[in-house]
Amino acid sequence: MSAAAPSPERLRIVGLRSALAGPFDLTIAAGECIAITGPSGSGKSLFLRMIADLDPSQGDVYLDEIERRSLAGPAWRRRVVYNAAEPGWWSETVADHFQGATLAFARTMAPRLGLAATHLDGPVMRLSTGERQRLALIRALAVGSPMLLLDEPTGALDEQSTQLVEAVLREVIANGTTIAMVTHSPEQAVRLGHRHLRMAARHLVPA
Amino acid sequence: MTPILLTPVDLAIASVLIVLDGVLSLLLRLGLHRQLAVAALRMVVQLVLIGFILRFVFALASPLATLAVVLVMVAIAGREVAARPEQRLGRFGNYAVGATAVAFATFLTAILALTTAIRPQPWYDPHYAIPLAGIVLGNVLNGGSIALDSLLGGVVRERAAIEAQLALGASFSQAMRGLIRSSVRRALLPIINQMSAAGVVTLPGIMTGQILAGMDPLEAAKYQILLIFLLSGGSGLAAVAVVYLAAMRLTDDRQRLRIDRLTARTRGSRP
Repeated sequence: MSAAAPSPERLRIVGLRSALAGPFDLTIAAGECIAITGPSGSGKSLFLRMIADLDPSQGDVYLDEIERRSLAGPAWRRRVVYNAAEPGWWSETVADHFQGATLAFARTMAPRLGLAATHLDGPVMRLSTGERQRLALIRALAVGSPMLLLDEPTGALDEQSTQLVEAVLREVIANGTTIAMVTHSPEQAVRLGHRHLRMAARHLVPA
Repeated sequence: MTPILLTPVDLAIASVLIVLDGVLSLLLRLGLHRQLAVAALRMVVQLVLIGFILRFVFALASPLATLAVVLVMVAIAGREVAARPEQRLGRFGNYAVGATAVAFATFLTAILALTTAIRPQPWYDPHYAIPLAGIVLGNVLNGGSIALDSLLGGVVRERAAIEAQLALGASFSQAMRGLIRSSVRRALLPIINQMSAAGVVTLPGIMTGQILAGMDPLEAAKYQILLIFLLSGGSGLAAVAVVYLAAMRLTDDRQRLRIDRLTARTRGSRP
């Protein structure tokens, strides 16, 4: 909460809705972190997935004044990266999920999140849920997108690992990345979020 | 080289073997004798009927009649491809994908064989076109249904992995690459097995039939080789067509994974 008042607008959501949730209206500034809490099934993940354009939705979303329809789906998602609560893996070893420079990034980031280098070279199958969650976060950070949508980034982590993740996220925010984060912990929402919103019955309200 | 023709008496003697199966079922209480009788009767009726139909179509010697028969066969095979997977694409997608892929693979391989290798006069002579289309269809059906089942099942099972790639900015074709590859691979394994076993483990059906009909074994082998090439080509084409056509129906203009277009077949609950 030590960050200065965030300045220019990064993400603007106007009338974003689907048959399942919304409509949502929200503006998030560059370098701002908003935290969303709410009961399970209230539509928090749906909201993030709609912003990332992984689920069909109506309404407008702008990133740095660029309307998402003016970009192809993959180009939009490279700029607005969504990290699922239960991340998927598409190859046998962890390192296969990183290419070129992103693998070097992963190697420097892993120890900061309490992971050993061997975690990167081993098979995904042998990792614990918490290890997978941290590696998936590294994978999402490695894209270097201006906007991150994090779905319960510390949901499977113990207190110590949670602190490590929060320290990294604070740094990312301080460097100007914007984050919209779903969390089950109101304390975390206060610790990381500049603003705290609540999802209730598939609508966003101030917490 | 005239084939030895069978009389109804010959068939009646052979049918004693089916009766033997029925007796076994009764003795061992397999409860299969009724099914056995129905299946045997069905087989006889179907084959005699198709014999008469083919005799009729051969006598017509009309390209349109030949085409009609092949189209009916393609439609039935397409329906089989569509029916196999647990998962269903919306708006009769399975049928559209199955029939298109089966027709594409069958016509391409059968016409290639008729116009280049076998070359009857005319090339669409029903004596050649219909049996050839039939044997190609059998394998196309196999390859197509394995590929479709593997792709649709895989999309449901690996949804998180596919969406993780999309979420990081991968294109839909990148995200589907692994699944497409493994689906086509699975579809091609049976034909590879068939080729490896041909002549060693099994004497293939066509070769057997032609030898029984009085053809020189080496000539029969050449026919069999040609046919297996056709079958492997047909399987491969059908698998690739099925996989790409189905994948196209699982995405949209934003390159999302549209898993909502799939529904599981409702046939009781599974554990």
